[in-house]
Amino acid sequence: MPYIGSEDTVRDLRRVLSNPNVQSDQLRYRNTILKVIRAMSQGVDVSGLFSEMVKACATVDIVQKKLVYVFLCSYATLNPELSLLVINTLRKDCQDPNPMVRSLALRNMTNLRLPSLVEYVEQPLTAGLRDRAACVRRVAVLGWAKLHNLQTNSEIDAAVVNELYSLLRDPDPVVMVNCLRALEEILREEGGVAINKPITHHLLNRLKECDIWGQCEVLRILQRYRPQSEDELFNILSLLDVSLISPHPPVMAATLSLFLSLCSGLPAVGLAALERVRGPLLAACGNTSREMQFTALCHIQLLLRSLPGLMGEHYKRFFCGYAEPAYIKQRKIEVLVELVNDDNVAILLDELRGYCTDVNISTAHAAISAIGRIGRSYSDKCLEILTELLGLKQEHITSAVVQTMRDLVWVCPQCSRTVCSAVEGCEAEIQDSQGRHALLWLLGVYGEQVSSVPYTLEVFIDGVRSEASVGVKMELLTATVRLFLCRPAETQDMLGRLLHYCIEEETNMCVSDQALLYYRLLHCGIEETRKVLQCRRSDPSLGVLIGRPAEPINQWSYIFNTLEPLRPGAIETDDALTASVSAPLSLSLSPALSPEEFEDLWLQQQCPTIFRCSPQSLQAAMQLVNIQTLAFTPPHTLPWRVYLYTNTQNKHSADTCHGTLILGELLVKKNTAEKGIKVTLKQQPRDEKALKGFLSVLTTVLHALSSE
Amino acid sequence: MISQVFILSSQGDHLIYKDFRGEAGSDVVNLFYEKVTALTGDQPPVVMRHKDVHFVHVRQGGLYWVATTTADTSPFTIIEFLNRLTALVKDYCGSLSERSVQMNFALIYELLDEVVDYGYIQTTSSDILKNFIQTEAVSSKPFSLFDLSNVGLFGAETQQSKVAPSSAATRPIQSSRDQGGKSEIFVDVIERMLVVIGSNTSLLSLSCSHPSEMRIGLNEEFSIGKSQLRGYGAAVRVDECSFHQAVRLDEFDSLRILRLCPSQGEQTVMQYQLSDDLPSAPPFRLFPTIERDNGGRLLMYMKLRCDLPPKRSVLDPTRLQSFSSELNLSQELSSPDQSAELQPQSRAVVWKIPRFPGGTQLSALFKLEVPGFSSASMLEVGPVSLSFELPKITATGLQIRFLRLSPFQPGPAQRWVRYVTHSDSYTIRI
Repeated sequence: MPYIGSEDTVRDLRRVLSNPNVQSDQLRYRNTILKVIRAMSQGVDVSGLFSEMVKACATVDIVQKKLVYVFLCSYATLNPELSLLVINTLRKDCQDPNPMVRSLALRNMTNLRLPSLVEYVEQPLTAGLRDRAACVRRVAVLGWAKLHNLQTNSEIDAAVVNELYSLLRDPDPVVMVNCLRALEEILREEGGVAINKPITHHLLNRLKECDIWGQCEVLRILQRYRPQSEDELFNILSLLDVSLISPHPPVMAATLSLFLSLCSGLPAVGLAALERVRGPLLAACGNTSREMQFTALCHIQLLLRSLPGLMGEHYKRFFCGYAEPAYIKQRKIEVLVELVNDDNVAILLDELRGYCTDVNISTAHAAISAIGRIGRSYSDKCLEILTELLGLKQEHITSAVVQTMRDLVWVCPQCSRTVCSAVEGCEAEIQDSQGRHALLWLLGVYGEQVSSVPYTLEVFIDGVRSEASVGVKMELLTATVRLFLCRPAETQDMLGRLLHYCIEEETNMCVSDQALLYYRLLHCGIEETRKVLQCRRSDPSLGVLIGRPAEPINQWSYIFNTLEPLRPGAIETDDALTASVSAPLSLSLSPALSPEEFEDLWLQQQCPTIFRCSPQSLQAAMQLVNIQTLAFTPPHTLPWRVYLYTNTQNKHSADTCHGTLILGELLVKKNTAEKGIKVTLKQQPRDEKALKGFLSVLTTVLHALSSE
Repeated sequence: MISQVFILSSQGDHLIYKDFRGEAGSDVVNLFYEKVTALTGDQPPVVMRHKDVHFVHVRQGGLYWVATTTADTSPFTIIEFLNRLTALVKDYCGSLSERSVQMNFALIYELLDEVVDYGYIQTTSSDILKNFIQTEAVSSKPFSLFDLSNVGLFGAETQQSKVAPSSAATRPIQSSRDQGGKSEIFVDVIERMLVVIGSNTSLLSLSCSHPSEMRIGLNEEFSIGKSQLRGYGAAVRVDECSFHQAVRLDEFDSLRILRLCPSQGEQTVMQYQLSDDLPSAPPFRLFPTIERDNGGRLLMYMKLRCDLPPKRSVLDPTRLQSFSSELNLSQELSSPDQSAELQPQSRAVVWKIPRFPGGTQLSALFKLEVPGFSSASMLEVGPVSLSFELPKITATGLQIRFLRLSPFQPGPAQRWVRYVTHSDSYTIRI
């Protein structure tokens, strides 16, 4: 941003700088230089003062020296020839008895970033590596890295690399860490600094001497190390345990990263480490700095992908504060969705409902769609809240609620009745295209259940000329054709008008092509159209009801402690990516369960009536006895399946709480001659008695249901 | 690895710009500001990206503190570094504001030069840094009548001189060099209340102008974790507790004494957290009544009670907000020095109470005219949030029993202890 009159400023400054009276008065001289730097950081181009500033460099006043160096380092690349004049002063300073002056000169010599100066810099740098003062060695070590990056294609000097390796044993921890950093840059082509056993053990032993920044660096570089034996691995892990629960979030995160990379072959150890960092991570969520809270939240989301139950009992820590910024609130809402369980669902929904009327619109939307996500497992309570929100008659809330309901119905078709009665008559409030898109989809698919649909669609069709959104027009076409299939008498006329408009007048190719497609389809006859449009969904398979299955840690460990999780929407996009890749991986884990199969244990006389109750009532009944139904096929499909699981707890042994996990599948085959249910159970670990108990509980529940 | 660090004012003025690695040009500063201003709302995300440049920023003192870096850097490290940098600047310049940064830019360049070299963090310890930093801080001290009132008539000791002004701790650490070795120690016990259902985070922070070993005694009944048996009486209990690495805890288990050798400047000695049940009752209680009158107006009758012991007054203005979407407001407040206004932007009614003595009760009646009022709109009213500052009170009951300096201390030291409870988020559902 060039300032008005910047040339005048520079001219004035030059005059003052070259005034011998000013030069002899140290304070005035320094103040003038201050003015130059101030102008520089405000964006004024003061490069014209370079030669005057070079002169000002030769002084005993350290403050003035530092200021001049700030200037010189910023403009050296523009004036390579004049910079040569500085190098003499700098080389003289490198001989100064004061170590502070020596380190200052050395640092700025390398910061000039001029390839032409390299030959003058090498000698002082070599001397700097052997300096008595640690602060000079620190600068010299990094100086070699800077020098290397100035001339990347030149040969690597083996003597320097050896010297740097030997300086890993320097008594000063910062020099040691700087050596690692420098070697990492110099040897980048060869894959960085060599991490072998002696170096690793040396670094680990000196970890305690470093400050937190040094520790983070060492831990990061050690990620490349592969221990040679299991004993060694566990020795390292137990050594690192202290830093895993460090109160400093950077150290904790770096240690966990190292843990995860060391234990990539031992998932159980990795999970234990995740449990261990729960405390420090939660503490970071309560940090005074909002930005740190946000970082911790984003990483908690990662951890939850592998250990969904990790934060279950701490759900209150994720309630939003009133004055928190929107980006924190939205992450907290995402975390809260993951933490829902039978015990806290009422409290969580109550809390989330409070966020739905947030002043920030995107936070309100996040809360509404969170309620929709929870609705996949607790549909009744959530639909109640969503319906209530429609009553507010606020434009953006209604739109978000309708979109959420559409997504919910797609996953849980059993909610359709409630949704249909709720969305009736809310078309007036929805203005944005996303919301109308969702509403049209709902009206099209469930046209027979809502009596007023033809009137609503007619309003849309009358206004199609002024409709801007292509998506809404396409959806309108589909919805009208769908409605025509179930209510032909009321819809025929308006469908005709719509098709006519779209084919004859519409300028958007997508819309007119779609209209032509439907037109030709209708020519083929009603039955054909019905087959195409109302055919069963291509994927009638199971919708998973509760949460996501736990992912293995190595799905996300490579992005842990990077900027990736903090990016907006990082979690969602990642899901889509990994879903396709992860399938073979997640399969490979299942043999760990070592299942025991009990097939056909169920005899048909135990359950004489055919089991035809609604999924909700089954789910509710099962929940009463602490059996969780996880997934089921949509009703009226054959064979009809339900998947469930539970944990048995052995209450007799007081000291330890041993439980076994039972997984079950109920299979209803109506077509088979003997009407009944086939139950397949898998259990881990094996416990005959618990299984018997479980079967009797299950039988009781099913009997109670079928007798209704 | 940090490629650049820059500080921007909230208007986008360049205050400080330092390039450590020379990999990206200085145009990224403007790029960052464009990104920030392009977003609606005042809360840009912490991490933003432009091609290969990643911006990580922290907002402190109304300024943007930005670092540019690569994608694989640890966000914990960068954010902790930026926070540490703001703390250092605050220690060295006295306070954190656009003005103080502008006045001390030479000092900040010097600091940055010592703290980071070639993008790698070297040290942030103020003990080490003070040997290298040469520039004197220019402190901007606003003129305050309070300073005058400290001077007693004819030099007599007044009651006031036993109380340090609240800004006493905010001054450059270097200026104490030339005060003839008079050392001062400020211990703050600051608790932040996050109440919806009730949880609490707090920190014990310390700012010190002359290092020497010292011992801080906490309540003897102090206990950590839920498992420990609770005796009768007022035990102080927290769930989690972490300490600064310089704190030695050898006497903590038996005597509840923290021993430390603090460095100059401000540091957090101990951080503790308490969830769920507070030992004392929440300081404020609200009794709301909300109804419609026959004119279609919304009547909100608020009765607010302060349950603190009498004589303790709440100094900071209490603000009370409730959400609702309405147009017209008329009010009846219980005392003339209070005020209430409607903020259409945030759709909130703000009730400001300048002084609220303990054990008293205030009431207010708000009448709101809402167009198209329906029974469903009642759902939109609430929640009520309070913001306040309670001096001399800790919600957990944590106390500093004593603050002893080692006997080898060269001169007498001034010691100040302060307790404050802030409302981080005090929300009452209606």
